[in-house]
Amino acid sequence: MLNIENLHVSVGDKPILKGINLHIKPGEIHAIMGPNGSGKSTLSHVLSGKSGYTVTEGTVTYDGKDLTEMAPEVRAREGVFLAFQYPVEIPGVSNIYLLKAALNAIRKHQGLSEVDAMDFLMLVKDKVRLLEMDEKFLYRAVNEGFSGGEKKRNEILQMAILEPKLCIMDETDSGLDIDALKIVSEGVNSLRSPERSFVMVTHYQRLLDYIKPDFVHVLAHGQIVKSGGAELALELEEKGYSWVENKQAAA
Amino acid sequence: MNTVIKTRYSAEYSKLEPALPGRSSPWLTALRASALDKFTGNGFPSIREEEWRYTNVSGIEKNLFVPTDQPSSATVDKEWLDRFRLPDCWSFVLVDGYFSAELSQLDGLPEGVVVQSLAKSLDTDAEQVKPYFAQAVSDDEHSFVAFNTAWFCDGLFLKVPKKQALTQPIQLLHVTTQQERLSTTRTIIVLEPMAEAQVIETYVGVEQAYLSAAVTEVFVEANANLTLYKVQCESAKAYHFGGTYVKQARDARFIHHNFAFGGLLARCDIHCDLDNASECDLNGLYLGNQRQHLDNHTRINHLQPNAVSREMYKGVLAGRSRGVFQGRVVVAENAQKTDSQMNNRNLLLSDDAEADTKPQLEIYADDVKCSHGVTVGQLDEKSVFYLQSRCVDEETARNMLTFAFANEMVNKLTIKSLHDLVLNQVLERFPQQGISKDWL
Repeated sequence: MLNIENLHVSVGDKPILKGINLHIKPGEIHAIMGPNGSGKSTLSHVLSGKSGYTVTEGTVTYDGKDLTEMAPEVRAREGVFLAFQYPVEIPGVSNIYLLKAALNAIRKHQGLSEVDAMDFLMLVKDKVRLLEMDEKFLYRAVNEGFSGGEKKRNEILQMAILEPKLCIMDETDSGLDIDALKIVSEGVNSLRSPERSFVMVTHYQRLLDYIKPDFVHVLAHGQIVKSGGAELALELEEKGYSWVENKQAAA
Repeated sequence: MNTVIKTRYSAEYSKLEPALPGRSSPWLTALRASALDKFTGNGFPSIREEEWRYTNVSGIEKNLFVPTDQPSSATVDKEWLDRFRLPDCWSFVLVDGYFSAELSQLDGLPEGVVVQSLAKSLDTDAEQVKPYFAQAVSDDEHSFVAFNTAWFCDGLFLKVPKKQALTQPIQLLHVTTQQERLSTTRTIIVLEPMAEAQVIETYVGVEQAYLSAAVTEVFVEANANLTLYKVQCESAKAYHFGGTYVKQARDARFIHHNFAFGGLLARCDIHCDLDNASECDLNGLYLGNQRQHLDNHTRINHLQPNAVSREMYKGVLAGRSRGVFQGRVVVAENAQKTDSQMNNRNLLLSDDAEADTKPQLEIYADDVKCSHGVTVGQLDEKSVFYLQSRCVDEETARNMLTFAFANEMVNKLTIKSLHDLVLNQVLERFPQQGISKDWL
């Protein structure tokens, strides 16, 4: 589904990612862990097409297509979804409108007609219940005045409705209390399917107690320095990031 | 202003004079004479005056706008006017500056509420007008006010008696029907203690050059509550001056929503004098396009302690348009515990658009909470990317954010029909943006 080969990325003249290799198959959950400044967020931004990053070397192939050639909205319509670390507040645009606009853009991209208004409402209300959200959120402006937990839940709601193939979750657990973390995790778990893959970027192991990854990769200084199964996250939690960083230095 | 222009306006004035209302009241005749003197002495305001430094009104001097002494409702296209008329409101229509009973709808007004042509009030019982006339603003404010005092031919006198709450809003429709027409109106709104009302001032006109010069004096007495709306949809060639001067007694509340959409050059003044523990909330949205010049001036005088003022003005400027915001808050020495916030945000959609913004705080008290914030800029790129990541293409994302920026002010309107009217005006004014109504 997603193949990242020898990816080098710079911001201005400064190299951030220095040769990332990552292969994700349908249905897999990959956790990307690493200390601050290791390049975790850069990776999620580059995958979703945020401007300001230059790919200097390497390739990113998604479903056989060159992802780096696509505009951000095209990536989104092709099924790449970024759950933001800091979801943006958009005063004046209602949540439900954005959901509908996004869903219709995907349908149009797929050659389908616009979603029926009643079907859409039923779908949205169904997902709202799943995430234990208040229906009132739908009619409020996107993320405006939402608490940190509500914003993250709103990201998962969008994900549930848009049904992406590749979900990139950028520090989804940051700023969440335990209750919100459980709800968000349950939402994500309910979206797991053999066709859908996840890249979870996180600083802490805590999220992985709720969403069990198939693979854990440790990013340091712009490179993946260690990969393993879910148990690697626990080992990291115990020994700290200096453990892998030191190993890298020793090597 | 050169002598030729003065002479032309004076000649027009002497033609009009016999028909002006209130000639039997010596106090008014004296006021008019002194106002005319002030106007002929000073001419229209010049950019050398601090309050007019961003707004050059020489275009008004170059044209000679002529008042009519023979008003006629027959010149009004009723179907067109109905587009601006709100259902579920009493309507009071002024055509070329004169009240039109034929076009107005005032059935079912509660007893005791005065909604009357100002000319009629002055000719039948000038004493009821006298305590208010020129009491919220003086002719020394600037020449447009003096001009208005000298020339006004009609207007509205509205008085809501003590403890009376109006069950539906009153819409005041100002209509100008002819090229080169001068419409000069004076409106007096009085809410006696504990009264409540909503008044909507709407300005429209034919697609021609004309001048509409309106002065509104507002008196919100103790514990009364007024929401005033101004929807300025003058023609794209028109000149507009509108001044609203408000005196608030203790515990009085005044909310204003000001939409500046039309006019080649439009200037709007809002002044509020705040007594003890009164509150004012000023909201504004100006949308400039092509070569429009939209100037909004607000002044809030905290004269007594414990008053609260809030102000939010937003501008969206496209083409070669220019938006001006001058917001002044003055806190008098004894106005302790004043709580004041002023905000002005501008969005520039083209390299040739311009925003001039000048917030001013003058604080003479020492125990107050006052803040102001001003921004002039482009759209937030983080928001554009967020929408793109939700499948929206970049152009639509930018349109959506622009519209959302303006829509925030529209969404504050709680009267459904007014909300829809204003929203349609916003949508009409950005047709090239492909803004869609279902973004709401």
